[in-house]
Amino acid sequence: MTRVLVPLACVVALLFAGSLMVGPAQVGWAESLRALMGGGEGPLPMIMREIRLPRAILAVLIGGSLGLAGAAMQGYLRNPLAEPGLIGVSGSAAFGAVLALQTGFAAMFALALPLAALAGALAAVLLILALAGPRGTSLTLILAGIAISALAAAFTSLVLNLSPNPFAASEIVFWMMGSLADRSMTHVWIILPFMGVGLGLLMALGRGLDALTLGEDAAEAMGINLMRLRLMLIVGTACVVGAGTAVAGAIGFVGLVVPHLLRPLVGARPSRLLWASALGGAVMLLAADIAVRLILPERDLKLGVLTAIIGAPLFLHLIVKTRRARI
Amino acid sequence: MSLLTLETLSVTRGGRNVFHDISLQLNEGEVIGLIGPNGAGKTTLMRAALGLLPHGGRSSLAELSATDRARSVAWMPQSREIAWPVSVETVVTLGRLPHLGAGQRPGPADRAAIDRAIVGMELSHLRTRPATELSGGEQTRVLIARALAQGTPLLMADEPIAGLDPAHQIATMQTFVALAGQGQSVLVSLHDLGLAVRHCTRLLLLSEGRLVADGPPAEVMTPERIAEVFGISAWYRETEHGPVYQPLEVLR
Repeated sequence: MTRVLVPLACVVALLFAGSLMVGPAQVGWAESLRALMGGGEGPLPMIMREIRLPRAILAVLIGGSLGLAGAAMQGYLRNPLAEPGLIGVSGSAAFGAVLALQTGFAAMFALALPLAALAGALAAVLLILALAGPRGTSLTLILAGIAISALAAAFTSLVLNLSPNPFAASEIVFWMMGSLADRSMTHVWIILPFMGVGLGLLMALGRGLDALTLGEDAAEAMGINLMRLRLMLIVGTACVVGAGTAVAGAIGFVGLVVPHLLRPLVGARPSRLLWASALGGAVMLLAADIAVRLILPERDLKLGVLTAIIGAPLFLHLIVKTRRARI
Repeated sequence: MSLLTLETLSVTRGGRNVFHDISLQLNEGEVIGLIGPNGAGKTTLMRAALGLLPHGGRSSLAELSATDRARSVAWMPQSREIAWPVSVETVVTLGRLPHLGAGQRPGPADRAAIDRAIVGMELSHLRTRPATELSGGEQTRVLIARALAQGTPLLMADEPIAGLDPAHQIATMQTFVALAGQGQSVLVSLHDLGLAVRHCTRLLLLSEGRLVADGPPAEVMTPERIAEVFGISAWYRETEHGPVYQPLEVLR
């Protein structure tokens, strides 16, 4: 167990430090560290504290929570293809943000965009709880999630469709690709409570997810309250995914690929996978966010684009590997 | 002491009575075979008794809190589900979950129960193998071991010996008999009437949602009743090798 977690935590720490060192302002590491810790006036402490630090913190928070939510969702549905976006919260949060961009609400004050996205996420959670609520099963949860995702995607397309000018449309499209560029500490503070609640809820699921390895009937007979477990999963996932989408846009594949990659390393136990995937998600997003800054520094390569470009082939590779193992 | 009491238990699904007015009591030291044709309501009866289904009437187990119930009865469902490639030992360890607090690691007593279950089901050589890579019969034995490791006064298993080879079918029934010898009880649904007669101390015969008979095998398995419920004839003798029950022909 610690054989997996300790190395992963070390990689997170290294990449976090790396993320603080990368940017258009070329500064030595000793100097940047002094600016970060010591403070003072001038452009460098400003860059470190208001640009790079929030960016690195958001990468850890969002990547970690996506990895964790992915592991929890796969554990609950007992399906390695499940991912946190499945319950429709990320799509609805994106729709809320798109609506804010389109109506000009986003330009009214600094946090208008994330707040609109959080409102979209909340609407999706209420809808999914009504549809797949207390007496639901894992199947109703999947179906409700698909319906909500489809609806959110349709409304997002409608907004783009009716967009009066191409600039608004391109702003929306770029936002939806997902990015951590130009985020401030205010963004960190606004999502921190949601992340805290969500991470707390999801981390507590380990025991129930382990029992679910043997199916819903066996788990329930072992004393697991499935209704409570499903509620915690939905609310926890909605908190972290809604908050993540609200400040960073849609970032895919982290919640899908990371649990899948780490599963063999923790003996496939769902409870152990939770912590490992949280760290693994942070590693993946920190690395991807460093990569977008190194590959095309002047072109603003979008983070969500890169995670999909890395994630999809990785996933294909895993499918091929699984297929070989079956034969 | 009674391990399970059912009073006028009934289940209605989609307006249809799956069964109704079933009353019985299971005591310590019994191996109870639940028999009946397909669709007689065996699985539904066990799930309702556990409180996993909405039901009418009363079941003593369904009235317990989830944790107390998990310490009173172990349940092995019919679907042999092992979702992830976890090791055999990990699956069996899951049986100790009801005895562990949140985040608590298995102690010496837990380890002993796990080892007993693994040895009892002859799984020692498979201990570290991923359970999903085993054959169907081996997976069944892993799941039986998991239920045994739960160490409850009552064990309920839905067709646990279906799909096992003859040696393991007999060995599993003997394991149940040994449990009964230690004062535990086992309620097991099964279709092999020969094994049921040979190893069970008591049979419950279920047909079309009614408890047709409840008693020792010799009293339950009368030719008339078996002809009516199963539509078969059988050869049944007390021999020097113990009771032998061999179904012969279909009557209708």
